Amino acid sequence: MTSNKKLGTFLASAIVLAVLPFVVSGTLGNAWVRTIDFALLYVMLALGLNIVVGFAGLLDLGFIAFYAVGAYTFALLGSPHFGIHLPFYITIPLGAGFAALFGILLGTPVLKLKGDYLAIVTLGFGEIVRIFMNNLNAPINITNGPQGINLVDPIQFAGFSLGKVTQIGSFTLNPVHLYYYMFLALTVLVVIMVSRLQHSRIGRAWVAMREDYIAASAMGLNIRNIKLLAFALGALSGGVAGGLFAAFQGFISPESFSLLESIMILAMVVLGGMGHIPGVILGAVVLTIAPEILRDVIGPLQMHTFGRMIVDPENARMLLFGLAMVVMMLTRPEGMWPSKRRQAEFDDAKKG
Amino acid sequence: MAEVLLKIEGIHKRFGGLHALNNVALHINKGEIYGLIGPNGAGKTTLFNVLTGLYTPDEGQFTFDGIDLFRAPPHIVVSGGIARTFQNIRLFHEMTALENVMVGRHIRSKANALGAVLRTKSVRQEEAAIEAKAWELLRYVGIEDVAYERARNLSYGHQRRLEIARALATEPKLLALDEPAAGMNPSETEGLKALMEKIRNDGVTVLLIEHDVKLMMGLCDRIAVLDYGKKIAEGVPEVVRKDPKVIEAYLGAAHS
Repeated sequence: MTSNKKLGTFLASAIVLAVLPFVVSGTLGNAWVRTIDFALLYVMLALGLNIVVGFAGLLDLGFIAFYAVGAYTFALLGSPHFGIHLPFYITIPLGAGFAALFGILLGTPVLKLKGDYLAIVTLGFGEIVRIFMNNLNAPINITNGPQGINLVDPIQFAGFSLGKVTQIGSFTLNPVHLYYYMFLALTVLVVIMVSRLQHSRIGRAWVAMREDYIAASAMGLNIRNIKLLAFALGALSGGVAGGLFAAFQGFISPESFSLLESIMILAMVVLGGMGHIPGVILGAVVLTIAPEILRDVIGPLQMHTFGRMIVDPENARMLLFGLAMVVMMLTRPEGMWPSKRRQAEFDDAKKG
Repeated sequence: MAEVLLKIEGIHKRFGGLHALNNVALHINKGEIYGLIGPNGAGKTTLFNVLTGLYTPDEGQFTFDGIDLFRAPPHIVVSGGIARTFQNIRLFHEMTALENVMVGRHIRSKANALGAVLRTKSVRQEEAAIEAKAWELLRYVGIEDVAYERARNLSYGHQRRLEIARALATEPKLLALDEPAAGMNPSETEGLKALMEKIRNDGVTVLLIEHDVKLMMGLCDRIAVLDYGKKIAEGVPEVVRKDPKVIEAYLGAAHS
């Protein structure tokens, strides 16, 4: 691609992304802008998990734990729960740092594990974190248990809050719009971070380790450090997303950090195209938005065709979703938008 | 007196009841091509794995270029200056030839995660240097025309050469090659022999396991023979060849 063409693509996508929330709220309503905000959070999460699963090849089924750590750090240090109200530019980096620390905490005992065994341990880790959050309300009330933490501070600076409707000239900006730009900015930062990592000495080391860890260690790669770095950096972006989630929702509880969420994020990575940044972004966006579309379509469709509800829309949504996943894995296991390298791997496998 | 580069003494390695290496001692001098031969199952590859840190020996001493490498993990061994190839080629198959060699530069470069994310000037310069060095090594082993091919798609001979280039990227003082000529035709073997001599002439000591006895006799300065985990002979090829113990190990007692 010539640099002119590149600049053109860049400007076009920048303009589209800038006006997107207004077009959406004008046509589909603010609820859909909210869905897009969530899509951005999931993009950050999926890109974080992609470091661990896609680049380093370590199957992690407990990734949501890092999201939880980020969210709880933000909420505990910015809510009436403890009466502490630290600004977001302290709590979000702090949450990211804690999440990275948890990444290392998880990584250390599983250094020697691979494949299924690693998946089981990480799954357990994710559940442990959730159960801790659920039960740390006694004897000392730290997390407020299953009730969760309410009235979490919105993102605010210099008297300006993203949580309030803001008027700029004749423009009315809702919180969903304001958060959109905040999330977009951080998503762009995460994309830059992971793509620079991928094309660095460290990214090459991850891929080398994934392909053949014996050969990689014989080339002098310190496998332990490289694995821990993958866990820590993946967790870091999960922690950032967690902090943003807490501020955006204003309320968090252990329910938001269930195993199903971990599996959804993994599905985004796998369905999008493991190890390929554009693919993972696509996977996260599709898997956030598609269930919402199904939610809107299934109910009215049944009413229209059968005159009554046959399957509960919520169940039908998961059924269709599961079916789509099975079909996808059968027909296109490399994902919707795989990297050239991964496509080639699958082509080789098909050839035998 | 030649300068000793690598020295092991009293090395033992057991796998359950199998005594794979039994009191093995040897030294390799700087600048020589040192051969390791022996019948199948004699412990050559085990010794190789001990020397490159993949196996930890049970007992013994292991010094290399003045540093103690006994039970050192592989990355310490590599940074100490020993690099290896594998009997059954172990490349990073889905990476290009160029990327494979760039991975070899890992230990001689130092950009950390923060530097990589910020892409500071020194990191960019280092990255450019890594790529330049990788190209240089591909040219050195004569496969620069397939730099952008995935390793999987390279011919067998090219894969062998790529593995050598990747090992050389770690700037070894000792290059350990595990059966590099296995499965090669005579003309490929000739080319490989020339490459090994070139490597030695450029100041890298070479340790070689090989079944092709003719190749070994013509190439090596000294040879050690392993049988059932023990070193049964060591010396210049002409002497080793005539050693009755070696003949017995290879051909059976009746011939000695």
